[in-house]
Amino acid sequence: MEDETPTLAVEDLKTHFFTKLGVAEAVNGVSFTVKKGEVVGLVGESGSGKSVTGFSIIGLVDHPGRVVEGKILFKGEDLAQADDDRMRSLRGRRIAMIFQDPMMTLNPVLRIDTQMIEAVQAHEQVSEKEARETARDALVQVGIPSPDERLKSYPHQFSGGMRQRVAIATALLHKPDLIIADEPTTALDVTIQGQILHEVQKLCRETGMSLIWITHDLSVVAGLADRICVMYAGQIVERGEISDVLDHPLHPYTNGLIGSVPSHNRRGQPLAQIPGMTPSLLNLPEGCAFHPRCPRADGACFVQPQVTEPAKLGHEVRCVHPHLEQA
Amino acid sequence: MAEPLIELRDVSKRFVKTLDLAEKIVNLAGGSLREEVVHAVDQVNLYVDEGEVVGLVGESGCGKSTLGRVIAGIHAASDGALFYRGTDVTGLSPEEAKEWGLDVQMIFQDPMSSLNPRMRVRDIIGEAPVVHGIIKAGEMDDYVDDMLLRVGLDPLFKRRYPHQFSGGQRQRIGIARALAVRPGFLVCDEAIAALDVSIQAQVINLFSDLREDLNLTYLFISHDLGVVEHLSDRVVIMYLGRVVESAPTEELFDKPNHPYTTALLAEVPRIENRGRKFMPIKGEIPSPIDPPSGCHFHPRCPHAMPRCQAEQPVLREIAPGRFSACHLNNEA
Ligand SMILES: Nc1ncnc2c1ncn2[C@@H]1O[C@H](COP(=O)(O)OP(=O)(O)OP(=O)(O)O)[C@@H](O)[C@H]1O
Ligand SMILES: Nc1ncnc2c1ncn2[C@@H]1O[C@H](COP(=O)(O)OP(=O)(O)OP(=O)(O)O)[C@@H](O)[C@H]1O
Ligand code: SF4
Ligand code: SF4
Ligand SMILES: [Mg+2]
Ligand SMILES: [Mg+2]
Repeated sequence: MEDETPTLAVEDLKTHFFTKLGVAEAVNGVSFTVKKGEVVGLVGESGSGKSVTGFSIIGLVDHPGRVVEGKILFKGEDLAQADDDRMRSLRGRRIAMIFQDPMMTLNPVLRIDTQMIEAVQAHEQVSEKEARETARDALVQVGIPSPDERLKSYPHQFSGGMRQRVAIATALLHKPDLIIADEPTTALDVTIQGQILHEVQKLCRETGMSLIWITHDLSVVAGLADRICVMYAGQIVERGEISDVLDHPLHPYTNGLIGSVPSHNRRGQPLAQIPGMTPSLLNLPEGCAFHPRCPRADGACFVQPQVTEPAKLGHEVRCVHPHLEQA
Repeated sequence: MAEPLIELRDVSKRFVKTLDLAEKIVNLAGGSLREEVVHAVDQVNLYVDEGEVVGLVGESGCGKSTLGRVIAGIHAASDGALFYRGTDVTGLSPEEAKEWGLDVQMIFQDPMSSLNPRMRVRDIIGEAPVVHGIIKAGEMDDYVDDMLLRVGLDPLFKRRYPHQFSGGQRQRIGIARALAVRPGFLVCDEAIAALDVSIQAQVINLFSDLREDLNLTYLFISHDLGVVEHLSDRVVIMYLGRVVESAPTEELFDKPNHPYTTALLAEVPRIENRGRKFMPIKGEIPSPIDPPSGCHFHPRCPHAMPRCQAEQPVLREIAPGRFSACHLNNEA
């Protein structure tokens, strides 16, 4: 059964930014695992620490930030302790990240073929001709028409969604063990999105690739993920099997999130919105960070709530008054 | 009837990729390499009435951003004309067009590349309103605070630089910057795609409020049909550079006419669908470098007939206010 080492086990990860205005605790005690071949959705409000969690795993946290605590076990090896050389040899080959902003992957002054061929040859000893073919096939995989002509273009000659697809194709090149996909399909229409999700799903099933899919789009994770983690203000507030969480959300934030999906509302009417705004990380409310916005908050919420499994095994929540009536 | 605020007549935008030196040499040696032309926008007719919200939808790469840029005066059209309240403003720079009263702001798809990385958020948002005399220099801080609050950001953030924000926060800075100069017409290019739903809801509600308060007119580019349905009065569907259908929102979603629109509506992911099996795209994805003949959609259309390959269907009014470009409409 489940005694295989997971592809990734993040344990109590803390990544903080030491800014002039104070310490921003962007990731503050995050734990989750991703098994071989599994797709885990990481959802949460803008600014809740999803991307920084991803950057921490691949070792690309920007100054003035750093991982201050916790373990990042990649097939048992703690990446929080790994040196730069080790990270460089893993990155792109065994672990890849698709960045939210495709221009973080693409170099604006180089042609797409130059960049992709270089990416292929960085970890594989193949001729330029073979590398070009690999690159071309990768573009076809993500639905880019006229791939031969397109290879000769520069990034600015692509549409926004095409740039995103090139970044995805680049991440898929070496069939890594783990892909961290940060909102990779947000600017894509449904057909292309379907094409990419198809390719990604196939890779997970056929090669046992594991996937962390960061998104705010619940309708995409709903179709793709096995499990889901919901983040709020640097912490995971709810986690479980996809159906458990979406059908029986326990945390008031998850509940509000599901309620504000446009299709659940009537056209032209104001959308249900979670009141208030994301707290500043420099100035987090005491206790449960959600309490100023939470309809169920009371005095008990002024102490940091513990993680519990009140309804079903494996469905965890960090809240003192979870929505048990929905469970 | 009142004149539309903005009207495009037969507007095209082509990008030509000229041959580089190596390719020219190949040609001298008897090769037959040709210049590549991308038909990004192909003879588009489109109008937007004052105070209206028009949603522009279509596949990735079909020319939505390019069309938005032409309207915002960032790209000059290769062909065709742009009218503002009935006056031809084709080819005027954004500054000149502004003198005619045309004040278009664009919220860009890619916030990272449209925000100056060396400017603090305070200046990114507050500088232009001061320059344009909307506010006095002394009022800048309060004004910036107010704009930030409106897009759900903490005013404390204003001393930071763009790279110190999360993706969604950056997008909201772009929105605040565009709104700060009180435009009359706003082109929102995937403006809320990177936002989570609760903030999306907040920004959508903000857009709706502003529309009422400031009589703002929007062209709302998005691939998210749920959002477009919610926000738009009218929807325009593009396919490979051409407008294939346009209709009032409700009618379009209830009864799409064009086969491409029908296909698009069928694919919408829903939160109700778990463990979905995603399908690969059937057939070749057509390219604007070498678009299919006749109706661009014919290689993927389940209703294609011989005529569709040979003849381009024109966009015609099939019912009051409803336009579609498909040969099926003139069968009977
Ligand atoms: N270089 C930095 N300096 C200071 N704070 C930072 C820096 N980078 C990120 N942050 C802060 O860390 C927090 C988490 O950011 P992160 O990018 O992980 O959010 P996210 O969940 O990915 O949000 P989004 O959905 O908007 O992309 C944010 O509040 C952000 O402002
Ligand atoms: N500066 C440019 N030079 C050459 N080709 C370009 C340029 N800008 C856009 N194109 C091409 O024009 C076509 C339409 O691009 P556009 O950015 O308008 O698409 P889009 O509909 O906005 O797509 P997306 O949803 O992916 O953003 C694409 O084939 C693109 O490669
Ligand atoms: S702990 Fe209290 S404030 Fe926090 S989510 Fe639960 S009920 Fe709301
Ligand atoms: S014109 Fe023909 S190919 Fe094009 S959408 Fe109509 S039926 Fe399909
Ligand atoms: Mg992010
Ligand atoms: Mg675009």
